[in-house]
Parts: sequence; C-alpha cells; structure tokens
Amino acid sequence: MTGASALPVRIDALNRLYGHAIDDGDYERWPEFFVENAVYKITTRWNHDRAMPAGLMLCQGRAMMEDRVSAIRTANIYEPHHYRHLIDPPVLTGGSGGTISASAGFAVYRTMQSGAPEVFCTGKYVDKIVETDGELKFSERIVVCDGERIDTMIVIPL
Amino acid sequence: MSLLDWNPEDFSEIPYAFYSDEEIYRRELKRVFLGETWNFLALECEIPDAGDYKTATVGEVPVIVVRDETGAVNAMVNRCAHRGNLVCIDEAGNAERLTCVYHNWTYDLRGNLASIAFERGIRGKGGMAEDFDRSRHGLQRLRVETFRGLVFGTFSADAPPLAEYLGPEMRANIDRVLGREMEILGKFQHGLDGNWKLYIENVRDTYHATLLHSFFPTFGLNRLSMKGGIELSEGGLHHLTYSIGATDRPESQYNARDLRAVKDGYALNAPELLETWPEYDCGTTLAIQSIFPNFSVQQVSNVVTVRLLLPKGPDKSVLIWWILGAVEDTSEQRAMRLRQSNLIGPGGYIAMEDGAVVGWVRRGVVGAEDESSVLAMGGRGVERDSDSRCNELSVRGFWQGWHGLMRGRAA
Repeated sequence: MTGASALPVRIDALNRLYGHAIDDGDYERWPEFFVENAVYKITTRWNHDRAMPAGLMLCQGRAMMEDRVSAIRTANIYEPHHYRHLIDPPVLTGGSGGTISASAGFAVYRTMQSGAPEVFCTGKYVDKIVETDGELKFSERIVVCDGERIDTMIVIPL
Repeated sequence: MSLLDWNPEDFSEIPYAFYSDEEIYRRELKRVFLGETWNFLALECEIPDAGDYKTATVGEVPVIVVRDETGAVNAMVNRCAHRGNLVCIDEAGNAERLTCVYHNWTYDLRGNLASIAFERGIRGKGGMAEDFDRSRHGLQRLRVETFRGLVFGTFSADAPPLAEYLGPEMRANIDRVLGREMEILGKFQHGLDGNWKLYIENVRDTYHATLLHSFFPTFGLNRLSMKGGIELSEGGLHHLTYSIGATDRPESQYNARDLRAVKDGYALNAPELLETWPEYDCGTTLAIQSIFPNFSVQQVSNVVTVRLLLPKGPDKSVLIWWILGAVEDTSEQRAMRLRQSNLIGPGGYIAMEDGAVVGWVRRGVVGAEDESSVLAMGGRGVERDSDSRCNELSVRGFWQGWHGLMRGRAA
C-alpha cells in the first residue's frame, strides 16, 4: 500500500482514536490530537453556512482546550454523562502546503443519569490535518452540528 | 381551590405547581404572551432590506416579521386566512409578496390579502362566494415598535407604547449596551428541560450567580462584594442588575472552604480567554436585564447577547441566543468578544450551568405540587431597587408582574 492510498485509512484511524478518547472519559488526551496552535470550534450548520465567527465552544490553541478539560474536572457543575461517537469514514476534500482537508459525518449519543442513551448530536467534522513527526494531528477541527438546538448543555467536547 | 385563586401576599412563596400545571400554562399563553405585553420578535439587522422577512414566535403562535417597501417593520401571524396553513415555511427570506403554498393566496408585506387563485372561478364556474370581501381576510396583524434595533410586537390594543412599557431605567441600559450599530456573531438554541419561568427566575436571580457558577467568583468576573445593584421597572415587570468589577472589596465569605463555587488555585492555561477592554465609561462589567415576559439583554465583560425564551409546553422551553458585536469593533476587540463568548450559550463556562439547573429543579419539584419555594432573601415584597444583589427582589418582581396579568377568573 502506498502512502497516498493509505491516507484515508490513517485519517479514519485518527478519528476513531479521537472518538474513543472522549467516549472513554479520557479527556486529558483530547488536546493531544491537535497541534499547539490549532483551532477547535463547535458550531451549527446555520452558523457555519453564514460564516458566523462565534462558537458553542471556541478554542484557539491547545491551552484553551486544556482549560475546557480542567473545567470538566473541577470547575463546571453538570450531571455526569458520557458520549458514544459513531464516525463515518472520512472524505478527503483537498489539501495544499502539507495540510490535508477532510470531512467526516458523525453521530454522538449521550447517556445521562437516567440510563437511556439518546441522540445528542449529529453533524460533520470539517478538518485540517497536518503530519508532524510521522503523526497526523488536527490543525483545525470545526464541528458542524446539524441542528441549531443543544439540549440542556454541552460540557464535553464533540 | 384553583391555583388561579392564589393569594400572593408578598411574593415570597411560589407554589411549585406553577411550573407544571396545564391550566396555568394555557392561561399564560393567552394572558401573558398574547396579553398586554411586548414580545421580542427580531433584531432589525436580521431584516435590513425591503422584502426581508423572518419567522418568529410569540408564546407558541407563529409570526412573520417583515420589512416593507417603505422600510417599516410589520408583523403578522404566520397563518393563512384561508385554511390556517403556514404562509412562510422558510425561517427567513426575501419576497415581494407572501404566498401560501397550499392554495396560492397571496398577501402584501403588510398582511393584506392581495390575490386569491381562481377567485372568479374557471370558465364562469366556481370561484369565491359573491359576498367574500378580501379586505376582511388579511393576515392577523400585531402592533410593532422598535427600540435600538430591537423589534417588539404585541397582540394587545391596550398595551402602552413600547417606550412607556420599557420605562426610563430599562431604556437607558438598552441604549448603553445596544445604542450603536450591532451585528450578529452567532445564534444558537438552547433546549431547556423545564418550564419557561424556571429559566426567567434564573435570569433575574442575583443570589445564585456567584454560588452556582465557579467562573464568576473564582476569576472575579462577578462577586456580590462589588458595587452594583438591582433596578425594577414600575410594577416589577422588568429588571436590571449590574456590577462594577473595579469596586470589588475583600469579602471573607468568598472562600473555598465554605463555598463550593470558589476554587482556590484554579487557573486558566489560556488566561487570554478573559482578556477585556473597558467598553463602557460607567465601568459596568456585568449587566443582566430582563424585559417581561421572556427577553433578556446581557453584558458579561465584553460579551453582548440578547436572549429569547420560548415556552414549549408546561415542561419544556427553548432559549435562543444572539451573540452580538459592534460594527465598529477593532479586530482586537472582536477577537476578545469571541474568546469571551466561551462564557455564554449552551456550551458556555457559566451559562451551561443555568441550563442544567432548570432541569434539576423540574425534577426536584415532582410530587411537590402542594408546596412552595421560598423567596425571602433581601426581605419580602417588591421594592423598586436595591444596592445589594444579595437579594431575590427581582424574582419577586417577576411574580408580581405575572400575577397582575394572570389573576381573575375570566379566561
């Protein structure tokens, strides 16, 4: 298998590891999927289509992502819950200057204290990915939720 | 005894049944939302050009807000005068006429019925009844007024003019925060697992802010030891609370031993999230304002938002957030607003917790329909203002305004 043909497989693996880290509650690993100055933003289709700059979460750099994690652990008050990510195989949408553009659909189920998993969010990741030291990392991940409405709260990243 | 016979006395005890009762909810839709109140419909900047329209909701009633050829903003019920179909299906758009897709009845931008398909029939047969008068079958109109880019509507012929309804104190704060050209930086919906009044109480509750939300006291964004206050409009309908960050004084009760929300040693790896600039000459760093029944203007540092809460049955509500910036913002100011917007909305470090607590109270009061909550912080009754925010005055004021609209036996 050549390097070029392996790329979708490698990105797919990256997405799966990303989803598993969050679903397993291993939130400290979540920023490690990004390069140092990466942008992570959660928005919705309505906002994304209109290039609205504000996000439901907007992290500029890994330090802001680490702050989201420390808030999950110590600052924010919320009902304990966890996610299950189902992530489509990626679609490569382009690339230039060493940056790969890719996209993948997802569904996230959320299980609250009631015990019943419910669909919390569907949408797609719109990603820019770079290779550093032989590893793929996100330099930008825009999470575009299909619906405008977030139920109750969003504390754990998607 | 019906809940509607409630004797509120000093508004310091509120029956829990008010958050779940079907009869109360149906009366609220009629008396509060369709009654003598002004309901927020849209921002003028959402419909800048002639023919621009967007859909809105008053209580649960679907409404169209549209700018006509003269530049005036009109609002009509989004319900065809023929058979009740929604006239505007898209949430926003631009049109010269509004056309119902069901039978092609068309309306002008003031809601007048302009044409009916096959009105005279086909080949002399069929057609509308001889006595049908198009001028009597337009879309139902709301009264519309605007203030500082905010469009309000009312179904009531008796509601006072908008400026009078808001009152001088409320107008002054809206003018301070929104009295310049603003634009939308994002718009999000927050689904809430509880009655709409649970969230409105939370908006007006100055007591909880530094006890539920770690980010307020821990990072000095808001403490009750800052100079600040509460102002109510006449009758308690609307409220404004504010604080001035630079006036904070040491207060020993804010310590991590006694208060869960105070976090010693908790710090941000990216403190630039809280970088601010002094945007207002008055020094106000936090101002939360509610306009009865369900609208709020909020300034947290440099984050400017407006919020509209829509009731969706006795047990559900939806909060719509508009995140705003000034058109004149420098790129640095805009960047600060966007970083600080991590504090608000469904994913906001502060605001997410308000979403959670609404659901917890709803679940907590199940089976307590005969019991009441206690609102005695800061005394009882409804004064016009207070220089202490250690006070539930604004929540009592809401109930006074609510009761004024709801009381009486007549439907």
